[in-house]
Amino acid sequence: MSILFDGLSLGAIYALIALGYTMVYGIAKMLNFAHGDIIMVGAYAFYVALISSGHMALGIVVAVIFCTVMGMVVEKVAYKPLRGASPLAVLITAIGVSYLLQSISQLVFGADPKVVTIPSLGTVSLLGASISVSSIITLLIGAVIMAGLTVFVKKTRTGRAMVAVSEDKGAAMLMGINVDKIITITFAIGSALAACASVFYLMQIPSVEPTLGSMPGIKAFTAAVIGGIGSIPGAMIGGVLLGVIEKICLSIPVLSPYTTAVEFSLLIVILLVRPIGILGKKRREKV
Amino acid sequence: MIKKMLKSDDFKLKNCINYIFVAAATVIFAILNSTGGLKTSYANLLVQIGYSIILAVSLNLVVGFLGELSLGHAGFMCIGAYIGTFISIQLNTVIDSKVICLIISMLCGGILAAFFGFLVGLPALRLKGDYLAIVTLAFGEIVRTVLKNLPWFGKAMGMTTGAVKFTKKDAPLFIVVFITVIIVLFLVQSLVRSKHGRAITAIRDNEIAAKAMGINVTFYKLFVFVFAAFFAGVAGVFYGHYTTPVMYTFFSYNYSIEILVMVVLGGMGSINGSIIAATLITIINTMLQKYLPGELAALKFLIYALILIGLVIFNNAPKLAAFKEAVSFKALLAKLTAKKRRPEDILNDPAHWDKIPTKIRMDEVLSTDIQPGNEYVPDKPEKGGK
Repeated sequence: MSILFDGLSLGAIYALIALGYTMVYGIAKMLNFAHGDIIMVGAYAFYVALISSGHMALGIVVAVIFCTVMGMVVEKVAYKPLRGASPLAVLITAIGVSYLLQSISQLVFGADPKVVTIPSLGTVSLLGASISVSSIITLLIGAVIMAGLTVFVKKTRTGRAMVAVSEDKGAAMLMGINVDKIITITFAIGSALAACASVFYLMQIPSVEPTLGSMPGIKAFTAAVIGGIGSIPGAMIGGVLLGVIEKICLSIPVLSPYTTAVEFSLLIVILLVRPIGILGKKRREKV
Repeated sequence: MIKKMLKSDDFKLKNCINYIFVAAATVIFAILNSTGGLKTSYANLLVQIGYSIILAVSLNLVVGFLGELSLGHAGFMCIGAYIGTFISIQLNTVIDSKVICLIISMLCGGILAAFFGFLVGLPALRLKGDYLAIVTLAFGEIVRTVLKNLPWFGKAMGMTTGAVKFTKKDAPLFIVVFITVIIVLFLVQSLVRSKHGRAITAIRDNEIAAKAMGINVTFYKLFVFVFAAFFAGVAGVFYGHYTTPVMYTFFSYNYSIEILVMVVLGGMGSINGSIIAATLITIINTMLQKYLPGELAALKFLIYALILIGLVIFNNAPKLAAFKEAVSFKALLAKLTAKKRRPEDILNDPAHWDKIPTKIRMDEVLSTDIQPGNEYVPDKPEKGGK
């Protein structure tokens, strides 16, 4: 029971990150490799704000704002000049950005992990299992954010414009949608979600290091692919599924050293059986 | 038949200059080594350069010629380094000569890596670029995790390869590595220049068009992938014979990216470029390791990142195309050698007619003051005109 709950809250973190991947992929048609490192930037921002002020809430706000700005800057500087270039070029640039963020934070903060002291919220017992309060909070807030995002995309003008751009960029442009602006907004939202994910991540593992983002980043991308890339509910399902599987694997002694291998094998199997993911839409490529 | 072979493209001086260069380097360093003029640290550096070249050239085949991104190159190398060297250690108990062990295990490691390349490639290559990148990345991590936890390879301490590590007493390892480099270069260049190579570049340029021309896209993708994996495995076996212990941490995806940096810096689709870049980056790495203490080591990655971003944006941004043209080597050369043309020449040369200014400069026309005596007087029509 507690494993399942831990898995769900880890899954909520993966889902938040996966949402960023899947939205950017759906709208800009690029794999934003640097998304994982935005989490790391968020974690450092939270760490610095927490140390200098001592307020948890202020830390969250600073992390969210800093990440949002960071995401927009990265988009403007590195990806915008390459709009219309080959996907390979964009992908390599994204890898470069990921590397850049990692090395800058290593130069600024050093390679050794920094411990973030977040006040423990204790545990509660539910149905005979002890569950930490932080994972309940993670799960609740994660669910609220995801619901909010779904409403935003479905109901608001900007959200609908985002859907239009992801369906057909050219047609969206003809309908008077400012595609560049929509892409920038997408990056901003994705990065803000990553910042939230970073705070939740720190609640579970309270230490920051420059490579913090790369593993969760890759795993969240795996989640996005499993759920069907470009689909918002798909990212949530994939994220939760992956989180639960990871926690279950970790709890079985024989499997626990191979957890990463199991997760990535799942990715390969999914791609083999159903390359579009659980909720993905099949698209025919036209000449 | 030999005459025909000698006449073919492969034997033109322009195309085999890289073999000559590598061969010359091998001979020079071998002589230096036998006279004792080569320091051990330099001999080690030569080995590193050699396997980096193999890695970069084989990755270039995938990224530059096929146009797919593989981030699992270090994973294939890891298979070669762990399993190939393991085989070599076992062989060493039977066969005394380290060189023979190395050659046999090289083939074994390469074939194993190629086999795994086939296994990964089969599902992944039916997919588009981004998926392939992530699947190869995942594969690299799977390999690393599994080899780290299997009981035969020293677990978290890394695999000790002392038994087959080349020491000063043995034949210098770099000679074997460089000879392999020449073989790899020959194979890769023959492939690229053949009918199959043209099919591969056709897939890169337009997959659908290539399919329409009857090219078996999946076969060629898989073929290139397996081919590259083979050489990565071979490079891994060299690594295993060069250092001890073989650590799984070395083959993280950062190393795959380091190889990618070599390919991008050398130029995607340029084999000679990969050779030069691999040499350069390996030397820079060694220098940086020597002179940059502790935290500053991150500077290395900062430089790589800037190289990646800068070069890719410069080469691919649609808006920079004109700028790139203007500062390219060719354009500079043309500017230096171009003769100054007189306007009459341009008028007489049809190739330049598009450059003759034809626009009426409206501003000039409008701003001309009309003064007495300066008015526009239409010509009187000639008599007999219509």
